[in-house]
Amino acid sequence: MNEAELQAWVDGRLPPDRLAAVDRYLADHPAEAACLQAYREQNAALHALFDHLLDDEVPVTLAPPRPEAAPARPSTPAWSIPAWRRMAAMLVVAVGAGLIGGTAGWTLRGAGTDSGGLAAGGATQALAALPRQAAIAHAVYTPEVKHPVEVGADQQQHLVAWLSKRLGKQLRPPQLAKQGYELVGGRLLPGDNGPVAQFMYADASGQRLTMYVSSGQKQNRDTGFRFAQEGNVGVFYWIDGSFGYALSAAVGKKELSQIANAVYEQLQP
Amino acid sequence: MQELHGRLLACLPRLRRYARALTGDSASADDLVQDTVERGWSRIDQLRPDGDLRAWLFGIMHNLHIDQLRRAPPPAVELEDGDLPAAPSTGSLDMRDLERALQQLPSAQREVLLLVALEEMRYEDVAALLDIPLGTVMSRLSRARENLRRLMTGQAPAATLKVVK
Repeated sequence: MNEAELQAWVDGRLPPDRLAAVDRYLADHPAEAACLQAYREQNAALHALFDHLLDDEVPVTLAPPRPEAAPARPSTPAWSIPAWRRMAAMLVVAVGAGLIGGTAGWTLRGAGTDSGGLAAGGATQALAALPRQAAIAHAVYTPEVKHPVEVGADQQQHLVAWLSKRLGKQLRPPQLAKQGYELVGGRLLPGDNGPVAQFMYADASGQRLTMYVSSGQKQNRDTGFRFAQEGNVGVFYWIDGSFGYALSAAVGKKELSQIANAVYEQLQP
Repeated sequence: MQELHGRLLACLPRLRRYARALTGDSASADDLVQDTVERGWSRIDQLRPDGDLRAWLFGIMHNLHIDQLRRAPPPAVELEDGDLPAAPSTGSLDMRDLERALQQLPSAQREVLLLVALEEMRYEDVAALLDIPLGTVMSRLSRARENLRRLMTGQAPAATLKVVK
């Protein structure tokens, strides 16, 4: 009896005529039959051991971002993860370079213009830095599987109290269920002018969205919505008093703008 | 593309089950799934229109897993006869013993066994997926089953096995 047929017997894949032949053979070879029966039990046991995983909810972090409804050009899909990764790499370089330049600039400003307020150029630069930093933070943390956030949404009270304390402002992470996004959690990040809070959301398909709240904005003026495109990540940002807000996601501008409006409305006291 | 995205999402539970059985722990498994999905999604235009998405993703996972094993071989020691798990007294398969025994199989045998027994793939498809002859699939399958049986009943395995500490 050939080995392949015996294995096929174990898996129940023999055609009827061969099945009868193998059955006859096994009737005459009880030791071999016992082994094959044990193999069949292995099959069943493997299913018993692992099949429950099929019913587990798949972590949203494992899904690729949902493509936008508008047909993307196949050659350069706007939503492709490697593009995220490429951008993350580019941005990390940008952060590296920015740290050197940024620190020097910050020191100069601190030493020279503290009492006189920021030069107009400096303010513009600081404003432009907000979406870039938000996009960097978005690109760095959204692909994380194990540690996308420091504190999960299951500890929302603690999360909000903690980040509010560090930023010196009562924060309320917006509820975006209507827009299809659930809060995943948040983390604390360093910003140019002080601590930054990042709230992360995800929709059912795994598309992630981050809300970046930075303290210490010194423009002393509120702004309307502004939009910046950083690689694949679109960012809506605005300044409200001494706080800067930036909403980032690799989705279309229109969809992001609707979410940004919902966020803005909820942040109004 | 939306449709393809949906089909890919539908493959995730099976990719996770297989990765978990293959690697033996859920954190490594999810890392492997994430890497697989990323690579697959980035090359999705290489999938033939009539191609089997699931088999294609399993192939990618196989290659990534092989790469991982090559890059970082786990510390392994030769299995001594005395280290073998004791025979289960009831004669029934104990799930924890099964899981441990599975991880003691050589990776190539474990892979074939899981693709056939758990994923219920056709032998020919497993050969194509792993890029090995059908005869090799059948011999690995046969050895995997016999080694697993011996490990479960406390007998010395037929082939040299490695136990991962």
